[in-house]
Amino acid sequence: MIVAEQKPLEEIRGMIADAEKVLILGCGTCVTVCFAGGEKEASILASQLRMATRLDGDEKEIAEFTVQRQCEYEYNEVAADYVKNTDVVVSLACGIGVQTMNEQFPEKLTVPGLNTNGLNQPTEQGVWEERCQACGDCVLALTGGLCPIARCAKSLLNGPCGGSQNSICEVYADSETPCVWDQIYHRLKDLGHLDKLMDIEPAKNWHTSRDGGQRKIVREDLRL
Amino acid sequence: MSDNDHGNGYLVGSNLEKALKAGYFVATGELGPPQSADRDEIEHKAQFLKGIVESVNITDNQTAVVRMSSISVAVMLMEMGIEPNIQMTARDRNRIAIQSDLLGAHALGVRNLLCLTGDHQTFGNHPQSKNVHDVDSISMLHMCRDMRDRKVFQCGDAIKGQEPRFFLGAAANPFADPFEFRPYRLGKKARAGADFIQTQIIFNVPKFQDFMRRVVDLGLHEETYILGGVAPIKSLGGARYMATKVPGMEVDPEYVERMRNATAGLPSIKEIRAMDDPEEVKNARRARKTAAESEGIKICVEVINACKEIEGVAGVHIMAIEWEDAVDEIVKQCQIGPKYDPARQDA
Repeated sequence: MIVAEQKPLEEIRGMIADAEKVLILGCGTCVTVCFAGGEKEASILASQLRMATRLDGDEKEIAEFTVQRQCEYEYNEVAADYVKNTDVVVSLACGIGVQTMNEQFPEKLTVPGLNTNGLNQPTEQGVWEERCQACGDCVLALTGGLCPIARCAKSLLNGPCGGSQNSICEVYADSETPCVWDQIYHRLKDLGHLDKLMDIEPAKNWHTSRDGGQRKIVREDLRL
Repeated sequence: MSDNDHGNGYLVGSNLEKALKAGYFVATGELGPPQSADRDEIEHKAQFLKGIVESVNITDNQTAVVRMSSISVAVMLMEMGIEPNIQMTARDRNRIAIQSDLLGAHALGVRNLLCLTGDHQTFGNHPQSKNVHDVDSISMLHMCRDMRDRKVFQCGDAIKGQEPRFFLGAAANPFADPFEFRPYRLGKKARAGADFIQTQIIFNVPKFQDFMRRVVDLGLHEETYILGGVAPIKSLGGARYMATKVPGMEVDPEYVERMRNATAGLPSIKEIRAMDDPEEVKNARRARKTAAESEGIKICVEVINACKEIEGVAGVHIMAIEWEDAVDEIVKQCQIGPKYDPARQDA
C-alpha cells in the first residue's frame, strides 16, 4: 500500500503562516491504514495547531474533516463547504490526494501535511518496508518474487554486489537491512532455479518507469 | 576473451593486454585522483608507478567522494608515459553519458577500462545526491563489448566510424556473500565481456585459494585473466580499519597481530607522548613507522608470492593508494612487472 509520514509540525506551521482559517483534511484509505493521515491523525494535528497558534498569540481557526478517498473527485465533493470556508487546506493524504484537491478546488491552495514514502508492506506492528518502485516492467518472475529494483540500494539486476556480507547490505547504517540479492540467491536455490541467476540481464528498459515521463494508463475497454 | 582481434592478434594492444597474452605474471597499479584540480599531486604520485607496472587504474570518484575525473587523469598519465586503466562506475552516469565518455576516452588514447557498479553515495561526501544505476557492472560490460566487437551502441544503432575499443575489466569480490555464488558471478562478468578481472584486496589467502579452485573448476581462468587484488598495510590502525570497517573485506587476524608485533620492541605511542626531547620523539616515531611499513610490505609480498602459486591467477593488482612509493619495493621483492620480472629482461 501507499505509506506516508506526517511532516514536522514546524514545517506545517510554516505553510499555513499567512492563513487565518485552516482546514485539516484527512483521507480514509491508505494513510488511515498506516496511521499517518486518517480521521484520528487529522484530529490530533488540528488540536496541536490550535494549541500552538494560541500559545504564539496568532490563534487560527482550525477545522478538521476526513473524506473516504482523497484521490477521487466524487469522494471530495462532501468537503466542498469546508474548503469554501477556509484560507488553506492541509491535506493528510498522499501526494495524489494533495494534487487531486488542488485540481478540484483551484481557488484554494492545498498543501501537503505528509511526506509520501512509497509502496510498502507492513512487516510488523509499526514497520512498513518498501517493496515496489512501480517501474512499470515487473521483474519478479526472474528474481524469486523479491524485487531488486526497490530493495537493492543500487537497483542491480545482476547482483549481488561486493558489499553483501553476512547477508546484510553494506549501505544501511542500521546494519539490519538484508541484502535482497542474498535473499534472491537463497530463494532461487531453495526453489531449484539457480539457473535463472546465470543469465546476463542486459540494461533495463526504464522507459516504462518515471524516466519515460509521466505515466498514464488508458483502458479503452473501460472508458465511457 | 573476445575473438575479435582487430587484425594484429590483440583486441586493443595495450601493455596490459600484451603482457597478459604473453603469459607474464603481471602487476597493475592504482592511483586515486585528488579532491582538487591539482595536477602536481597526480604527477607526484604517478612518477612512483612509471615503468614498474603494466598499467595504472584510475579510480572513478572512489567511495563516492568527488575527485578529479578519471579520463582527464588518464590523459595526464599518458603524457607522462604511463598506461592508464580508467575505472567507470554506473553510479553517476547513465548509458548515454557512459558511451559518450568512452568515445572520448578512446579518441584520447585510453585502451583499458574497468567497469564497476560503484560504491553507494551514502559512503561519500554527497550522501544527498541522486544515484543513477541505469546499468550495472555486468550490463555495462555487455554494452562496452558490443561497442567494440559489434560496432553498435547500446540502443542497437551502428557506430559509423571508429568504434571505442577497450581491453575490458571487471571487479570480483571473493570475500563477499554468498561465497558459493561468487565464482558464478565472475563467470557472468567474463561472459558479458570482461577480458580481465581485478579482485578485492586479498588478506585471507586460504579463502582466495578456495575461491580460485572453484573458478578453475568452472574453467573461468581460461575465459578471462584474473588478477588478485593486493595492498600493503601501512599501520596497525590501517589493518584494524580494514578488518572491521570496510564492508566486503576479510582480514586474517594473523596479519593484524603481525602489524601489532612489528612495533612491539619499540617505544609505544603513549611513551612517545611522554618524551621531552623533540629529536627523540621524531626518531621514535620514525622507528615505529619504518617497522610497521616494512612488515606491511612483507605481508603484501607474501600474498603476491602465494598468488603466483595459485592456479588460474594471471597477476596482481596492487592498490597502494596514498602509498604509491611502496610499489617499487613490492614488485622488486616479488620480481614481477616490466622492470623486475627476470623473464622479461631477456625479452
